[in-house]
Amino acid sequence: MTATTLRPAPSTTPQPGRSPRARRSSRRRWLLTAGLTAVAILVVFPLYWMIVSALTPGGQSQSSEFYLWPDAPTTGNFTEVFATQPVWRWLGNSFLVATVGTALSVCVSLGAGYALAKYRFRGRGLLYALFLVTIMIPIQVTLVPAFLVVARLGLVDSPWAVILPTLFDVVGIFIARQFMLGVPDALIEAARLDGAGELRTFFRVVLPSCGPLVGVLVILGFMNRWNDFLWPLVVLQGNESLTVPVGLSTLTTNPAFSSPWGAVMAVATVAVVPLLVVFLVFQRTFVQGIASTGIK
Amino acid sequence: MSPHGETLTVPGTPTVVTDPGSGPAARSTSAGTTTRRRRARWAPYLFVGPAGLLFLAFSLVPIVIAVALSFQDTATLGDGAWVGADNYRTMLSDPLLRTALLNTLVFTVGTVPTAMAIGLALAVALNRPLPGRGLLRALFFVPMVAAGVVVGVIMSWIFNPDYGVANNALRAVGLDGLPWLTSPRTAMMTLVLVVVWTRIGFCMVIYLGALQSIPSELREAAAIDGASRWQRFRRLTVPMLAPTTSILLILNVVFSLQAFDVIYVMTGGGPGFSTTVLIQYVFRSAFGDARMGYAAALGLLLVLILLVFTLLRQRATKKAEELL
Repeated sequence: MTATTLRPAPSTTPQPGRSPRARRSSRRRWLLTAGLTAVAILVVFPLYWMIVSALTPGGQSQSSEFYLWPDAPTTGNFTEVFATQPVWRWLGNSFLVATVGTALSVCVSLGAGYALAKYRFRGRGLLYALFLVTIMIPIQVTLVPAFLVVARLGLVDSPWAVILPTLFDVVGIFIARQFMLGVPDALIEAARLDGAGELRTFFRVVLPSCGPLVGVLVILGFMNRWNDFLWPLVVLQGNESLTVPVGLSTLTTNPAFSSPWGAVMAVATVAVVPLLVVFLVFQRTFVQGIASTGIK
Repeated sequence: MSPHGETLTVPGTPTVVTDPGSGPAARSTSAGTTTRRRRARWAPYLFVGPAGLLFLAFSLVPIVIAVALSFQDTATLGDGAWVGADNYRTMLSDPLLRTALLNTLVFTVGTVPTAMAIGLALAVALNRPLPGRGLLRALFFVPMVAAGVVVGVIMSWIFNPDYGVANNALRAVGLDGLPWLTSPRTAMMTLVLVVVWTRIGFCMVIYLGALQSIPSELREAAAIDGASRWQRFRRLTVPMLAPTTSILLILNVVFSLQAFDVIYVMTGGGPGFSTTVLIQYVFRSAFGDARMGYAAALGLLLVLILLVFTLLRQRATKKAEELL
């Protein structure tokens, strides 16, 4: 199933209009579209409201008046929060953690997926089963012991405390393995017959056929790291070393702002927009990625 | 754990359906074991090594420590006294645990069927050739992009009883505002609403994928036989989607059991204990009450529940495969 979701979805082409029946169904189709559009507006509204609230001055947002667009939109909330909080640092930390973490984790997942899919070796079944069991274990259960391990390594408050423990990504390994099962053995055998070594076979023959897989792993890995909350909350301590979601959560209780909700929504906007852009650009890969996490 | 296993087509042999664990083994019987034997023996360990080491350090060791902690009475790490099964005995008579389990049940039953039903409706609608279909699909999917924390702060603001847009809108049309998150009576309902919002895009995408794999000839044949739209949905689409539904059901249950960020940001389990679900209670016991041992035991209870659901899901998908 995962392999299927990684392939581009077949597009259903609209059937050419037929008889009077077709005309009636065309009216129904427009009605349906109108209904769906209404629901879609409702679904997107919270994100719209985030942006609107970020642009609304404190006076209007702290009132019980109903409005859909501020009377006097302002970037004041952004200026204030960027001036008083290390938001740039938060963004930098998030970016560092997400890019370095994703790059390393994708390598780990590709290697593990390849070994589990294309080699027979002692302990393979047991190893894979152990890997898969960790999907079931929520982070809250191992939070304290994992913190202990990171503290022992002297990493608390460093970006590596966030990066290292998330490099092992079961879902990524699972997706990689499923995809690599589909790489033809004949391709690998041929490379070997040509005298290519193990590493050369992997890098020159197997990897080049894994483009869509790498796309999915990168997007999924980046999104999960960019959005991660609880683990960074526990291992990062100084205000300067926080990631965006953790920084955001500290703002709601920060009394220093004239309009706390405006400041919070400004940072929330800054947190969502990068991913929104990635989503719009790589929509197909994105959707496939999320779909394939589901179908484990 | 793949729902359908893989279908391997080897030229000259009939299609073999295997479970994922035995994939390569089944293949090698026909694909030449001689070349395989020449492959370097160290190679797989090199490829899987980094994952194995990281797994050991950041998954296995913490899990072993968590199990050990669950048999200790300790506020901090390292100085715990061994208390045998005391933590597990405490669970049996803990009224808060009962509340948490009940809340977990309400939350799960509230979120899962609702999100799935809406997701299915959207998928069926968007599987037809409609104008602007691609855009609509993207819009329904957008909430998936937002972090749990972001969703939490946005929704806290929207449902703010004094200045939130939800109550402002209700008042603008002459209704009374609701207390939303501030009353134990409505807090859980509000959370369910928010989590359903984050989940429908996912359910829609999975259902859409499944719908696209139903051959259109089947639906056309049914239409020619005079089956109405509803009959076709009820007698054709729904049964064909059964395997997907069973997977989505278990997945959504697992998501709901693990839902943390949104609840943590929006209510922190309150007001009172009205939205303290099990995972929230685990966190609270460890970090709020500093009962690490008890928290570890609670955590293992949660793992046990999740494990049961995973096994149920595997059985469900196997059954579904047999039916097809």
